[in-house]
Amino acid sequence: MARALIHVPPSAKRGEVIEIKTLISHVMETGYRIGVTGQPIPRDIIEDFVCTYNGEEVFRAKLYPAIAANPFISFFTIATERGTIAFSWTDQHGATQVQTAAITVE
Amino acid sequence: MRRAAAVIATLVAAATVALAAEIPLDQRRPDSDFISADSRAMQNDDTANPAMLVLLDGETLWNTKAGAANRSCADCHGDAEKSMKGVAARYPAYASELGRPVDLAQQINLSRTMDQKAPAFAFESKELLALTVYIARQSRGMPVAIKEDAKAKSFIAAGRALFEQRQGQLNLSCAQCHDDNWGKTLAGNLIPQAMPTGYPIYRLEWQAVGSLQRRLRNCMSGMRAETYAFGAPELVDLEYYLMWRARGLPMEAPAVRP
Repeated sequence: MARALIHVPPSAKRGEVIEIKTLISHVMETGYRIGVTGQPIPRDIIEDFVCTYNGEEVFRAKLYPAIAANPFISFFTIATERGTIAFSWTDQHGATQVQTAAITVE
Repeated sequence: MRRAAAVIATLVAAATVALAAEIPLDQRRPDSDFISADSRAMQNDDTANPAMLVLLDGETLWNTKAGAANRSCADCHGDAEKSMKGVAARYPAYASELGRPVDLAQQINLSRTMDQKAPAFAFESKELLALTVYIARQSRGMPVAIKEDAKAKSFIAAGRALFEQRQGQLNLSCAQCHDDNWGKTLAGNLIPQAMPTGYPIYRLEWQAVGSLQRRLRNCMSGMRAETYAFGAPELVDLEYYLMWRARGLPMEAPAVRP
């Protein structure tokens, strides 16, 4: 499992705009580079990032080879209700990593 | 008359070159003063600094038992947040086992081979960088505390000599950029003062974490000089001099650099 760091404010007021930050360790190998033996290094990237808030999708991003290693994605959403914010990263081989964070809304 | 003026101009130019020397203590600035505000913000935000991912690996390794002694770093040193506070600010340091200075990564390997009875990590390996980042992080904000004592003196002097020595096909010395021309631009980047307070760094160009030795080898190949091997005494002497040069400046490891 890759390392992921997620920052979600643990609590917020209802209707408040909150910033969410995510960082995941991944090589994001472009497929355009040549290795020391002269062979091309195969492409290996994360292709999809999805964030859901209590099951409802609030943010989605498609990633391409031009994205640097260890992608950092930051975005905003509105705190509507207490619950779980889930993040999933899917690589080009179809492997998905999911991580969640809890949020309290008053 | 014109010839006399030319001679004087040459003399003045020569004097200016000779005058450029080590940066006065009160004019020294951390290398993070010479990067963009964006990179600086990334460095200082633990949720955005990609080296924090490596730091987590380091924390795991710190608590993992290894070697014939079947001991983890934590078994002897306990909580790194307490025991390793300020340690990175004192490295490189003289290692009596070897009779010469070692940098922090080499000290980790010494501990590994002598105390844990485990094989040393390779230079620039993921594991060695992770542990170094984890330990260096515990000194963030603390002043660099390298002392030029009797044991250190000759090694720091050797490092300084290397810093001031012209080398490579471009016939440049480190000092020509970092003492004489800091603050000016080189290929669009500001030239910093070579104060290595943030190592290991996450370098955006590398898209990875790397050591000061990797960075020094980078600079040397940039001067088209032959690089020293990782762990070479010359590189450690140079690291020693550079950290002494940065004495008193706050540690900022793991830093982010362009």
